[in-house]
Amino acid sequence: MCGIVGLFLKDPKLEPRLGAMLSDMLITMSDRGPDSAGIAIYSGAGEGRAKITVQSAQPEADFKALDKDLTTAISAPVTILIKSTHAVLDVPHGQMDAARAALGQLRPLVKIMSAGESIEIFKEVGLPRDVSRRFDVAKMSGTHGIGHTRMATESAVTTMGAHPFSTGSDQCLVHNGSLSNHNGVRRELKRQGMTFETENDTEVAAAFISHKLKDGGNLGDAMEATLTDLDGFFTFVVGTKNGFGVVRDPIACKPAVMAETDEYVAFGSEYRALVNLPGIENARVWEPEPATVYFWER
Amino acid sequence: MQTFDLGEQGLRALNSALHALRGQTNMTAWEVINPKGAHAIAAGVDAPVEIIVRGSTGYYCAGMNKQATIRVKGSAGPGVAENMMSGVVIIDGDASQYAGATGNGGLLVIKGNASSRCGISMKGINIVVHGNIGHMSCFMAQSGNMVVLGNAGEALGDSLYEARLFVRGSVKSLGADCIEKEMRPEHIAMLEDLLVRGEADTKAKPEQFRRYGSARKLYTFNIDNASDY
Repeated sequence: MCGIVGLFLKDPKLEPRLGAMLSDMLITMSDRGPDSAGIAIYSGAGEGRAKITVQSAQPEADFKALDKDLTTAISAPVTILIKSTHAVLDVPHGQMDAARAALGQLRPLVKIMSAGESIEIFKEVGLPRDVSRRFDVAKMSGTHGIGHTRMATESAVTTMGAHPFSTGSDQCLVHNGSLSNHNGVRRELKRQGMTFETENDTEVAAAFISHKLKDGGNLGDAMEATLTDLDGFFTFVVGTKNGFGVVRDPIACKPAVMAETDEYVAFGSEYRALVNLPGIENARVWEPEPATVYFWER
Repeated sequence: MQTFDLGEQGLRALNSALHALRGQTNMTAWEVINPKGAHAIAAGVDAPVEIIVRGSTGYYCAGMNKQATIRVKGSAGPGVAENMMSGVVIIDGDASQYAGATGNGGLLVIKGNASSRCGISMKGINIVVHGNIGHMSCFMAQSGNMVVLGNAGEALGDSLYEARLFVRGSVKSLGADCIEKEMRPEHIAMLEDLLVRGEADTKAKPEQFRRYGSARKLYTFNIDNASDY
């Protein structure tokens, strides 16, 4: 098992409440997976700026003066917002790659959770409630977001093994299920230049989609390709800077419920996750069909 | 009418109260409010009572039901009426996967669509679905009747035993050892009754259905049929 929640807002009035709604939904799914929890929120960035979310096992040491050190290294202003074991670095958009490279030199033990114009990812070992509190997710605003609570099957219970996985700028993926051909697909993707942080099957799915998007496909095409190239059980929920997608394998034994109103599109592993959303009584509620790609873009 | 607020009183209290009803009881009408997708609502009831659930339910609603009439005024999550023994379960909305799985008896009515594996391994239950059923429905179904007013998904009745399947619409594909069979007068009579009890008699006529059943080639392993498994 695992629990997935997702929310793609159509009505900007709800944006200040995204973090609160999404963390509530995720906490409802706690008993689907107690090992670790994570959340990706698309909250935008200042004009000409981008964000790198990083994680450290020794945040006091690693995050101390990191903004100053990076500012010096890339000769451009960098600010830092520390949240527990994670920190969001605000960097000039054009210097995201330079900042990533400098980060590797300056703080080799720091892990990059996500990078892009809009995305922030926070994930840790522990229950959704604790993880949400730790990163103050309820106070976050944004346009869309995805949450996951994990019951590990394919790899170790670690921060890096938690979902969401981000393998491309402003991209993320969460997964309920297990893939059986991930080693083969990982080898092929490595050969084509993709890099991996873990032995996790879900990271391979994320990288597979990132690779397809890099080749110029749209989100729908990239998700469609998972149906032919990935073997195993999956319900994937995928986020991009402007988009939100869902796909289930043809067997479709991993549960999924969706709801749509004029204000939002919502995903939950179970209907329980959706019951407190505004207007859910009159929402169109349905179970996504097997082997069918659903996606929304703004 | 006993009204039970699931949000206030909790699932354990509801199911304990329902399990305490044995045989004849004066408390024959129950209403469950605020179900909010909770699991195992009214599972294991064994009394001739009527229960209305006002909202959508999670996993295993009305599982193992005996005698009770349980109506869900919403949609049902996975495994609704799983292993039902007798009684009636009516879902006003849709049902998720494996609705009525392994059911021994009674009647399950789904007024919307049922998703994959509906009636998997059914053993005597009658299931009436007003909409469509998903893939792998009636897999290894042993006995009972499945009535579908809409369409059936892939691999209907794979490895079927003696359950009878009636589909009004299209069948995407038949599973191994499932074949179309002739409709005889006794099937028409039985459908007539099931459509009435399934609250579907104004929507469909028995003559509109086609019957599917087992070719009986895979009951026991026979090397000549190896390619069919």
